[in-house]
Amino acid sequence: MHLGESMRECEYSQISTRSSTPMETPYKKRTPKRKKWEAFPGRNKFYCDGRIMMAKQTGVFYLTLVLILVTCGLFFTFDCPFLAQELTPIIPVLGGALFLFVLGTLLRTSFSDPGVLPRATPDEAADLERQIDVANGTTGYRPPPRTKEVVINGQTVKLKYCFTCKIFRPPRASHCSLCDNCVERFDHHCPWVGNCVGRRNYRFFYMFILSLSFLTIFIFAFVITHIILSSYRKGFLTALKESPASVLEVVVCFFSVWSIVGLSGFHTYLISSNQTTNEDIKGSWSSKRGKDNYNPYSSGNIFTNCCMALCGPLPPSLIDRRGFIEADAPQMAPPTNGITMYGATHSQQSHMAAATPLLQQQSSEPVIITSSPENGTSLPARASLTLGGPCTSLPLGQPTPPTSTPSLSCHEAADMLPIHGHTLNHTHPLQEQAALHHYLTPEEVPSPPGMLHCGSPLGHSHTVQASFYNPASQDSLHEDSVRGLVKLSSV
Amino acid sequence: MATEFHNLQELRHSASLANKVFIQRDYSEGTTCRFQTKFPSELESRIELTLFEETVKTLNNFYAEAEKIGGQSYLEGCLACATAYLIFLCMETRYEKVLKKIAKYIQEQNEKIYAPRGLLITDPIERGMRVIEISIYEDRGSSGSSSGSSSVSGSTAR
Repeated sequence: MHLGESMRECEYSQISTRSSTPMETPYKKRTPKRKKWEAFPGRNKFYCDGRIMMAKQTGVFYLTLVLILVTCGLFFTFDCPFLAQELTPIIPVLGGALFLFVLGTLLRTSFSDPGVLPRATPDEAADLERQIDVANGTTGYRPPPRTKEVVINGQTVKLKYCFTCKIFRPPRASHCSLCDNCVERFDHHCPWVGNCVGRRNYRFFYMFILSLSFLTIFIFAFVITHIILSSYRKGFLTALKESPASVLEVVVCFFSVWSIVGLSGFHTYLISSNQTTNEDIKGSWSSKRGKDNYNPYSSGNIFTNCCMALCGPLPPSLIDRRGFIEADAPQMAPPTNGITMYGATHSQQSHMAAATPLLQQQSSEPVIITSSPENGTSLPARASLTLGGPCTSLPLGQPTPPTSTPSLSCHEAADMLPIHGHTLNHTHPLQEQAALHHYLTPEEVPSPPGMLHCGSPLGHSHTVQASFYNPASQDSLHEDSVRGLVKLSSV
Repeated sequence: MATEFHNLQELRHSASLANKVFIQRDYSEGTTCRFQTKFPSELESRIELTLFEETVKTLNNFYAEAEKIGGQSYLEGCLACATAYLIFLCMETRYEKVLKKIAKYIQEQNEKIYAPRGLLITDPIERGMRVIEISIYEDRGSSGSSSGSSSVSGSTAR
């Protein structure tokens, strides 16, 4: 999907730059800057320009909302007038406060970020894989080992590697398959609130079910009181006929009480022992697993555990939903990739396939790839093989922007030399090297760490670092890889 | 070389990214935010051990302060609960205040210590608090030899 989009944008910029306008990201002017939530890789829904974050399936959440609103609405309309008159007006006030608290905590639980861990940047993922390769002693494409062991407070904990997010999950984090995100201190995915329950919204969730249990019991008790008081005067059946809503409320509350109160009790137990639902279900810290098995996160004291869970500091969201997608950090293409490709062109396709998922996780900014064939070499053929993807030849105009990196140059074969001249506005050393290497294949990786940019706002320079691939000219390739300018596989 | 990088903008202008080092999290004390103080081998030739350790330890202290559970955090938590968390519309949480301090500290460290050595620290919050990313830049003028050595040594390690 984003490849198609990038193809469109690649072609778009091709047309605009031929009109010799200065390279001021021509495509950038047409497309507004996108916010990070628009390119979020998980299966979440965002509302209000990224302020609200929910799971994909929200049907049950609306059911919860309807049940609460309808039941409370009926209570305030039909039962409260009688109760305020007969008993005390404090009842509706208390009921109202409780209702507002329940609604507030429900919305807070449903709309906030549960503690989603952002996925690894390509550099991080590559670095992890490199470390694992070093540990394994091979440079193959074997899947990385799945666990890493850590000793926490005397207890050995296994950290699992998440293949989707390309990170070793912190302790107590888990990957939610419904939302396709790793969530810190993952408790469970609750369809009733339409979101995961994790580190950042667990206290709201707990407050919600606790206050909802009180509200349910409150409504149940006072509706029964209303019916009993009415039936003293008018008889039981008349009382029921006069307020049929009360019957509905009693039924709803009766069935809710068992589940909600039960859930509150269960979570009270979890909080006091500092466990997550996940851990409890798996029996991670149960003494049945072993005599020395204990919970390393618990402080041992119920009160302290409760305070930690409910009154501890609230960490900020790690996924910066409303920030703009900016490609401001340099993307480093590790030398190993270049060397691998250099030596084994037949493995290029597999390498591209392997690396493509990394790129695909990024934002949908265009991947701009240009190849400049070397004079008289077989590069054009190689370039087409290399670039295989939608953006094959995309010249970005002769004058490279002053803000772009000196290492970039997107140009056609014809423009090669003049472009070198232009590129060298501020890097004279590059000129000699550019003359040596007659081709540069810049590639823009559409992700924040994708661009080496010289202090100007992102979207301006849209060529990242020069990377190239020319197996025909092995010396140049080697030299460039040695200089750290190595091609990242194309999309 | 140090004179050429007297500010970060110049660093980006005239240098090319050679390598990135990732300082991983240290989970030995639980889920609180701490980073490993192990000195990565790629930085051995670039910066002194003491400076690096001091940076990481200061960052660890900042994060410990942010996540500290004590009187002030309880007060903040209870007050927030009592106001139905609406108070956060007006007020920053303690964690956010400390994050701002951290950002300032990192920028200061970059300007004074790391940029003159051709290094750049990325704030961990931009990497989901998973890693401290240190970018190693090579001066283009001397890139032939210096980056060659680092890349070659890196590749031989594989």
